[in-house]
Amino acid sequence: MRIRSNLENYLFVLPAVLIFSVFYIYPFYKVFTLSLCQWDGIANFNFSQNFIGLRNFKELIFQDKVWWQAIKQAGYITLIALIFQNALALVLAMACDRDIKGGNIYRVIFYLPPVLSEVVVGLVWRWIYDGNYGLLNYWLNSLGWSHLTMDWLSNPRTALICVAIIHCWKGFGWGFIIFLAGLQTIPRQLYEAARVDGANSWQIFKKVTIPLMIPVFILVSILTVLGTMQVFVLILSMTGGGPGYHTEVPVTRILASMVGSSRFGYACSQGIIFGVILLAVSFIQIRISKHMNKA
Amino acid sequence: MNCLQKKICLFFIVSSFIVFLSVCFISCSPQNKPSQAEGIKIWHWMSDRDEALQELARKYETQTGVKVTFELYAPSDAYTQKIRAAAQTNTLPDIFGILGEKRDFASFIKAGHIYNLTDDMIRDNYAWENKLFAKALAVNEFKEGNNFNVEPGIYGVPMDVTNIQMLYNKDLLRSAGLDPDNPPRTWDEFLAANRLLKEKGIQGLVSGWGEIWMIDCFASNYAFNIMGEDKVLDTIRGNVPYTDPDWIRVFDLFRQMRDEGVLASGVVTMVNKTAEQLFANNRAAFAFNGSWCVNVYHGMDPDLDYGAMLPPRVSDNHPMVIWGGAGSSFMVNKSSANVEKAVAFLKWLTDDDQQAFLARKTNNLPSNKNSLKDIPAILAQFANDMDNTTHPNVWGVAEFPIVIETFNKGIQSIIIKEKTPESLAEEVQAMKKRELMKMK
Repeated sequence: MRIRSNLENYLFVLPAVLIFSVFYIYPFYKVFTLSLCQWDGIANFNFSQNFIGLRNFKELIFQDKVWWQAIKQAGYITLIALIFQNALALVLAMACDRDIKGGNIYRVIFYLPPVLSEVVVGLVWRWIYDGNYGLLNYWLNSLGWSHLTMDWLSNPRTALICVAIIHCWKGFGWGFIIFLAGLQTIPRQLYEAARVDGANSWQIFKKVTIPLMIPVFILVSILTVLGTMQVFVLILSMTGGGPGYHTEVPVTRILASMVGSSRFGYACSQGIIFGVILLAVSFIQIRISKHMNKA
Repeated sequence: MNCLQKKICLFFIVSSFIVFLSVCFISCSPQNKPSQAEGIKIWHWMSDRDEALQELARKYETQTGVKVTFELYAPSDAYTQKIRAAAQTNTLPDIFGILGEKRDFASFIKAGHIYNLTDDMIRDNYAWENKLFAKALAVNEFKEGNNFNVEPGIYGVPMDVTNIQMLYNKDLLRSAGLDPDNPPRTWDEFLAANRLLKEKGIQGLVSGWGEIWMIDCFASNYAFNIMGEDKVLDTIRGNVPYTDPDWIRVFDLFRQMRDEGVLASGVVTMVNKTAEQLFANNRAAFAFNGSWCVNVYHGMDPDLDYGAMLPPRVSDNHPMVIWGGAGSSFMVNKSSANVEKAVAFLKWLTDDDQQAFLARKTNNLPSNKNSLKDIPAILAQFANDMDNTTHPNVWGVAEFPIVIETFNKGIQSIIIKEKTPESLAEEVQAMKKRELMKMK
């Protein structure tokens, strides 16, 4: 009877295990296997013939400077997104949390950028930043600030920050929605009680809102880090990774290895190292969040 | 949960499990080859030619009763991925094209995906081969003793030919006081013309150098002109370093263009479509572009008055050689059940009438030599320079992709004043050394 019951339990979880194995474990196993091989993605794959050990990882970690530059640049965009994108999202969420006129309209407007196609956003902003036809330069000229006009995306000093700004503009809507949902879970009585005790707006924000929003901050920051580190379509449609390597990010490098250089094995090793980095960052964030929750 | 409920649940789970497994097995098993009754299936990426190709497919069906289906997968990056995935799953169509380097082409052949067309080409006293431009065929040919260890033969059928050269806007040259019928022929004349254009507030050269292969193309034209083919190929073989003064001279041309303000604003991240818009809208006097631009410019401004010329030469020691050859080619799937039909269709598609139709409809240079009669004058200028063409796919040796990337990205860095020609030469050579070491 007990065996039968156990068997039934296993049968119940079998579909989930199977789906997880087919769609997660097997692809990961395959990527790991490929990362140990030199393979162009076209020829017939033969593990023993293509096996090169850890050479791809060695090259990636110790010789590929462009890869680490790409990681650094993705980190830079992530830092900007963490600070400015989330600050903007929080401010707007707090504004919409109050009973203001037309609150729903603002919510729709703020949530519009995330639902737009990244390619379309990239192309539109490329046009705005364009040095020849660009709307930004046109406005600067109209305001008499022609000395500020430049090729925003071709200038190594401005290209990455321009992409980062658009990424923040495109992404703040996600944070906005999550922050708004978080703010709405805070009982209003707490605000009223604080006000009765004579607390001003800043004190209420500091002593009531922030402590209760910590789990939401952590969730948003993890999502921001994971989403921003993997930024890709926007880069591809705006700069293609240029000028030089100034806007290259890990995913554009993986694509370059896979399609540009036909190095599937190397691209897989890049994918694994990138995954490990993201895992480590997420792990650190979770540890910090646990620590903060305890505090 | 009572016993009946448990049994129903178990039944549901087991059934789902069986369905899931069946779907997995069906989708993972090699697909059957398309049956002959289905006709010929062709995959391509040429959105600008799709309509004309569909029309030809209908015509072919009317004439022969064989149904031909053209399936368009664009953009080209997505197409490239699709072809590679299909090769891995043995689901390639009867006819397809390969976008990429000769190395990729060779991999497809070695993996047994491409049919050798040599016998068909040489049948009836080379009837088919002789119709086509030799330069276009050369791109699809692997010669005896090739570096890729591919069995010698012709593995693709060129649909059109193309070459990439310099274009000049006659109206803008005129407005700068230059003779539009006598564009600059030498590098110094080119720089001088640009100074005059700059005085009039007209931008000089525009090109899609954000798509880095076009930088490679421009640089290699000048490498051939400055040092000649043998030395360029010796560099690829690893016998001449990139730090050679001739290579530094090639890199220095980009520095000169940068310092003289020849290059249009934003050229380093510009995609070719934007470059084409700028040239067609009279925003730049010169463009570096391929013969496909005739169709593009016609769509943007049918009255655009422009001419084509070889890039202004730097040296008289070696000829100016431009990239050219087959623009797009089709290959026959070796494992297709319709190999004969596919070959017959491609033969028909490259016949005089069909090629003339394609040239007329798409403003591309036909691959058939007999179909050049009715092409526009500007396209004829491109056709006249076909003898001056070369292409990395016919060199017999191939540079490491990572070296090419370092080379091209480095030139972008020269244009944005980050690197000097000398520092770039050092960097490219270091990368070359690293790759050569790996080979050992």
